[in-house]
Amino acid sequence: MTTEKKQAELIREISGVEPLKCMKCGKCSATCPAYNEMDIKPHQFVSYVANENIEALVNSKSLWKCLSCFACIERCPRNVQPGKLIDAARQIVLRQKGGDYLKDEEIPELLDEELPQQLLVSAYRRYKR
Amino acid sequence: MQRIGVFVCHCGSNIAATVDVKKVVEVIRSEPGVVHAEDYQYMCSEAGQERIAIAVKEHKLTGIVVCSCSPRMHETTFRKAAERAGLNPYMVEIANIREHCSWIHKDINEGTEKAVILARAAVAKVNLNTPLYPGESRVTKRALVIGGGIAGIQTALDIADAGYEVDIVEKTPSIGGIMSQLDKTFPTLDCSACILTPKMVDAAAHEKIKLYTYSEVEKVSGFVGDFTVDIRKKARYVDADKCTGCGLCQEKCPSKKTPSEFNRGLGNRSAIYTPFAQAIPNVPVIDTDACIKFKTGKCGLCQKVCAAGAIDYTQKDEIVTEKYGAIVVATGFDTIKLDNYDEYAYNQSKDVITSLELERVMNAAGPTHGHLERLSDGKAPKEIVFIQCVGSRCSDDRGKPYCSKICCMYTAKHAMLIRDKYPDVNVTVFYIDVRTPGKNFDEFYRRAVEQYGVNYVKGQVGKVIPQPNGKLLVQGSDLLDNKQILKEADMVVLATAIEPNKDVRKIATMLTASIDTNNFLTEAHAKLRPVESPTAGIFLSGVCQGPKDIPETVSQAGAAAIKVVGLLAKDKLMTNPCTAHADELLCNGCSTCANVCPYGAISYEDKQVNDHGIRETRRIAVVNNALCQGCGACTVACPSGAMDLQGFSNRQILAEVDAICR
Repeated sequence: MTTEKKQAELIREISGVEPLKCMKCGKCSATCPAYNEMDIKPHQFVSYVANENIEALVNSKSLWKCLSCFACIERCPRNVQPGKLIDAARQIVLRQKGGDYLKDEEIPELLDEELPQQLLVSAYRRYKR
Repeated sequence: MQRIGVFVCHCGSNIAATVDVKKVVEVIRSEPGVVHAEDYQYMCSEAGQERIAIAVKEHKLTGIVVCSCSPRMHETTFRKAAERAGLNPYMVEIANIREHCSWIHKDINEGTEKAVILARAAVAKVNLNTPLYPGESRVTKRALVIGGGIAGIQTALDIADAGYEVDIVEKTPSIGGIMSQLDKTFPTLDCSACILTPKMVDAAAHEKIKLYTYSEVEKVSGFVGDFTVDIRKKARYVDADKCTGCGLCQEKCPSKKTPSEFNRGLGNRSAIYTPFAQAIPNVPVIDTDACIKFKTGKCGLCQKVCAAGAIDYTQKDEIVTEKYGAIVVATGFDTIKLDNYDEYAYNQSKDVITSLELERVMNAAGPTHGHLERLSDGKAPKEIVFIQCVGSRCSDDRGKPYCSKICCMYTAKHAMLIRDKYPDVNVTVFYIDVRTPGKNFDEFYRRAVEQYGVNYVKGQVGKVIPQPNGKLLVQGSDLLDNKQILKEADMVVLATAIEPNKDVRKIATMLTASIDTNNFLTEAHAKLRPVESPTAGIFLSGVCQGPKDIPETVSQAGAAAIKVVGLLAKDKLMTNPCTAHADELLCNGCSTCANVCPYGAISYEDKQVNDHGIRETRRIAVVNNALCQGCGACTVACPSGAMDLQGFSNRQILAEVDAICR
């Protein structure tokens, strides 16, 4: 099995998302507030995982531009939930680095005025074991 | 002891490739009761059936086992062949060695082994078979159609034209249904009212058709050919015999603030009202929730102005009981509620409307008298966005998993009509797929694009945001250009999913007709019996069975009608002899069987029994043979083993099991 194939399977497993359920309506990209910041668009997350094009996905700008606002998860009519895929792709990168992404004592210095509270909460949920 | 003949079919190579048919014949010869066994290439062919007839004569057969395809396919064929040869048709058993055996095995040894086992089980059953004789039941030559939309009207007209009496029960004050609310119809763009109202008039004038408007089915009992139905005629408070339909009462009624159902809530109606000008019957009803006389006791203006003296505030609901041989469900549909779709701002802006509401806006008799205008400020829109698949094709729990089928075409129609009448208005359609199967349908959609310049964008809309300046900001995907579109629109039209009328669940329960998870009525067979319910005597017409457009509805209405006529044309019905019956000595009247019976076929009687010399009166289950469909649910539910199914008795089933386990 190629590394990309393995990674694609890992993404499916972590996210619990079945990319084949996608009917390619594009509502995720239509609803995404960070759309203009992204090189790979939300609806493409799904096809990149389905086509096992993981190298490009994990090296994309989008990986770190997603706000985890969950609009695409909330509004996806087919329960594909592309936001969960990008979440899982981020986890793959972080797992390769090893260790936890966040430690409690690091939080205060990361805080700044612009940082949405929601991001911090979802960062905890994602990266803390 | 039976004299059984076994006939093993090759079905070409369908069976013979995976089952050694010669070996099956050889092995089955030594089974108890078997006096003859043979194989043949196609048992269902005329030559194959002839072989059965010859063998019955030559070997004096009393029972037959055919090892072939599923009994669903050819059981009737072989039963008829046996009957022609002088046997009771219920002395035939089928061992399904195709679907259950050859088609699912690859190895010929395994396939042969299983075929022998299945044949052996069938032989064991035939050894216990007894001749069965179908009973007869009568047919009331009158049909009931529930729902007075185009489906119900067409079904009723076709039945009536064949010479049978039909009653239509319609819940609202007028027949006509959703089609009466439409402005134009695709793909020919003829006016909906122009083609519907003549049919409404035909139905009302037909001597064989009786209309029960403002009425509901309250109770159904009986069975195919002999239904008894209670119909509640709701009080109109207007005497239909006296009313001339002049409309003065509606004009003078001081309570005019009730949202009009006919105009989809976009305009108001009076408390005494007919839903629309061409309503049939043209007799108003009083909405007691809105009527000042009913609420406060004061007013009575309508009664004062009615020259015919037709207003009667003392009228009461009336229950009519009628007998019918067949019932057609034609309850139709409605659009779904959009409360779960906040992102489209339907509840926040008056300028976000459903397509059905747009029909009323475009209609000359509608709230804007046919002028295309924003409902918030009456201004003419310059930019209109249509959003397709709103609530359709949604496997989340907000919408419906199915395609509503009609939206692609009516959206193309709306877009085209707007561009035709108002060429300065830009029209954008956001779509996922454009689905246009149907005669002249794709050509119609292409005309919208190529001739009328409607801008089709592949991609769904994420959100609609009402702006302080009254405009609507539409944020959507353009998947082909891979960009996110932000567009300021004056109006947004939602192609809202359709769903079966909400009353269908109640009606299906009364009729013991099955419905699927989406509340569409189930067909007896999805392909081969699409207008019949699995419940005998119940037929399906229109969208209650599944999404469909007007031409399909009319075709299906005709199909349902001919099925009804086919039933009503019979003087007597042959009943299935494979029905349940209770052993009076074992039954303790516990009601378990009646609770599980899906057809309501079981009732209880107090009967005199003689239980080994003890004479007493006991409550005993009685099965109505005309209602019982032989499903067998009661036989397995019965705690005392009193229920048994003719042709599928417990002894027969256990003999089969024993034969398999041997």
